[in-house]
Amino acid sequence: MTERQAEVGMSTDMLETPPASTFVDRDATPDRDTEIMTVNVGPHHPATHGVLRLVVDLEGELVRELRPVIGYVHTGIEKSCEDKSYWKVIPFVERMDYVSYFFQMEAFCGAVERLIDLEIPPRAKYLRTLFLELNRIHSHLVWLGTTALDLGAISMLWYCFRERDKILDLFEMATGQRMHTRYFQVGGVIEDIPVGFEAKCRRFAEEMPIRVGQYEDLLDRNEVFLQRTKGTGIVPRERLLELGVTGPLLRAAGEPWDLRKAFDYLVYPEMDFKIPVGTVGDNYDRYRVRVAEMVESSRIVSQCLDALPEGPYIADDRKYVLPPRSELSTSMESLIHHFKLVTEGYRVAPGEVYYSIEGPRGELGCFVVADGSAKPARVHYRDPSFVNLQAFREMALDGYVADMIASLGMLDPILGGVDR
Amino acid sequence: MPDAPGLELIRGEIERDRPGAVLATSYDRAQAALLVDPARVTEVLTWLRDQPGQRYDFLSSLHAADYLPNEPRFGVHYELINRDRVERVRVKAMLPDPGGEKLPEIDSCVELFPTAEAQEREVFDFFGIVFRGHPNLTRILMPEDYVGWPQRRDFPIGGEPVTFTYSEQRYD
Amino acid sequence: MEVERRSLREKQVTARDLLRGDLEGDDLERYVEERVVTTTFEKVQNWARANSIFPLTFGLACCAIEAPISIVTARYDLARFGAEALRASPRQADLIILSGRVSIKMAPVVRRLYDQMLEPKWVMAMGACSSSAGMFANYAVVQGADKFMPVDIYVPGCPPRPEAVLYGFTKLQRKIMENADQGWRRRYGAYGTEEWARGGPRSEPSPEAAKAYENARRSVEELRQSGEPSLA
Repeated sequence: MTERQAEVGMSTDMLETPPASTFVDRDATPDRDTEIMTVNVGPHHPATHGVLRLVVDLEGELVRELRPVIGYVHTGIEKSCEDKSYWKVIPFVERMDYVSYFFQMEAFCGAVERLIDLEIPPRAKYLRTLFLELNRIHSHLVWLGTTALDLGAISMLWYCFRERDKILDLFEMATGQRMHTRYFQVGGVIEDIPVGFEAKCRRFAEEMPIRVGQYEDLLDRNEVFLQRTKGTGIVPRERLLELGVTGPLLRAAGEPWDLRKAFDYLVYPEMDFKIPVGTVGDNYDRYRVRVAEMVESSRIVSQCLDALPEGPYIADDRKYVLPPRSELSTSMESLIHHFKLVTEGYRVAPGEVYYSIEGPRGELGCFVVADGSAKPARVHYRDPSFVNLQAFREMALDGYVADMIASLGMLDPILGGVDR
Repeated sequence: MPDAPGLELIRGEIERDRPGAVLATSYDRAQAALLVDPARVTEVLTWLRDQPGQRYDFLSSLHAADYLPNEPRFGVHYELINRDRVERVRVKAMLPDPGGEKLPEIDSCVELFPTAEAQEREVFDFFGIVFRGHPNLTRILMPEDYVGWPQRRDFPIGGEPVTFTYSEQRYD
Repeated sequence: MEVERRSLREKQVTARDLLRGDLEGDDLERYVEERVVTTTFEKVQNWARANSIFPLTFGLACCAIEAPISIVTARYDLARFGAEALRASPRQADLIILSGRVSIKMAPVVRRLYDQMLEPKWVMAMGACSSSAGMFANYAVVQGADKFMPVDIYVPGCPPRPEAVLYGFTKLQRKIMENADQGWRRRYGAYGTEEWARGGPRSEPSPEAAKAYENARRSVEELRQSGEPSLA
């Protein structure tokens, strides 16, 4: 180290994990006047994670007890779905976890397709996978921008949202809407991709790993970022499993559990991608896992584009899928099917299905109960953020308030999904 | 998932160890479900988690559904995963509605699966199903002083009727 | 008054004379007339208020990703309208953008935030959910934010594009430039929810403020007695 560094007192290797216990040991100083102050963080606070309220017991700067209070954006989506026919449910459920809307659509459409035993054509499978992975990159970009903003790296927000706008341009090109696109329907996708989409998407997928490299250059070896995230918010792997945590949080702790590889759905078995797994399970590992996932998702996007087959983009079964509009003026059966589907909707035989996929935050599961009518009897979502939030208390306990904020960012809760 | 014969084998083994707990099995649309007596749910879950051949140690989701007008009315579902063999099994307990002011009760499985804590609170909040032994059974998503169990089928959806400018008057 | 085009050399000479104090008489008058705009104080005040709005960083749900996060980013830049200083504290903010669905648990919180803002303050109901509950006609969502707080501008969409939000924003700016006080107290008869700046929610106003307030309230009461139709 240089003279100046020695003078200032810098350590030789800034990448080493700082000593584990720099926190006050409560039993060591029993005479100290410890005063517990209860502080209310939220539901409106500058950390941009939605309306989460934390009631925190602080002893100085140390967090002694943490109680999250949720429900501030509870919208009653699950109850509203019981009143709507199956295809009208799709715009409702995509507004739950509002940065990963394609995943909620896929969970619901997959569950209903299981219920009615409908096989979707291969082109639709590839298109669905393509959009799911684009949405995963989108979700991770929003996470990175807002979390870096919380930790003080303010310019990351502008860089991440520049890429995010490119993804939203792609969505708008294919579906007409930037967010909440209602693109997946039961049986496939609602529309085929337009002409210039593939070229634009391919250019994006090639450019994305370079951009991720630039984000890594900014943050990976940044001293402030390392000091804030290395060694903080560690929860052991077994405890995370007990708490039901899934997704990048679990993978950062060393457990290679990813539903894309475990339960084969859509075309993931044919895609060649790796799953980043962390070692220590601190906030830095969670950051690295998600950033690596962005690169892997861009690879999946390129592979989907390469392997996209020709063919129909939605299933043929007119009992469940709208016929193409060109047929409505020539075929009487098409007209009748269209009328039946739009007014009443299709009926689904009684049964119940739980279908889960790997969302950007963990296992997103959709439970649909059908009772034979045109409306679902119960739609319930197992939201990953809701279950992951239970781990937050253990991440933040006995740490500093600043580490609590870092952990909250790395936990990546989306309150729309938590509250539904 | 365990397939249909596998499911029957599981049921047979549970019958051997905990007779009378499993009431029925169902293998519908490639999903295995065990219908369990609600008073013995924790026994079955413990058996599934700890039995050396089974080891369904990950509770993926705990949710409920209201099957009105069928009786028994409430169904509490436990989705279990065995991560090594990558298999899912569902445990279902049907609870009748006691009627009047009383609420249906079932044992809590928070000691077995700590992940159930928030999920049982959610089921309580929306259906009024009381989990005996839960450390903190309060409303989680609705305001604390809310009256009613919103996701029961006989609870109205709410909202207000759409008023049209020219045909209805909003202010008298 | 006509302004004749003068050459750069002439302008330099005039400026030099002004600095020296040599500019006199007609030359000085013409110089001043070219550079001074006369207007009323209110107009200037409203112009300043409109072009330097401090929005509150308040995001509820999906619309929060489009605004306030997406409109401050580089593509849809809110800074060109002078509003890039998003404040986290309601005491320092002018504009609250209700971006997202207002659930029944969140409604008192939003109302409290609004009450904590200092006047003049404006409200933008962004998106369908805060304007009129959007698609969520159920037990858990307040059917429109204007059920419990006055709203100045509604931006429809689900979520509205950032350009739509900016259009609403510029429309609000024009509204403010005409008249900063949107008269919501008169419209809603909302007296009694203020917090005076002397400290605490139950503090008393200064005598002058109390007198002005009393006058305003009495005039509103008179109007209501006489059957003014705009007062509900």
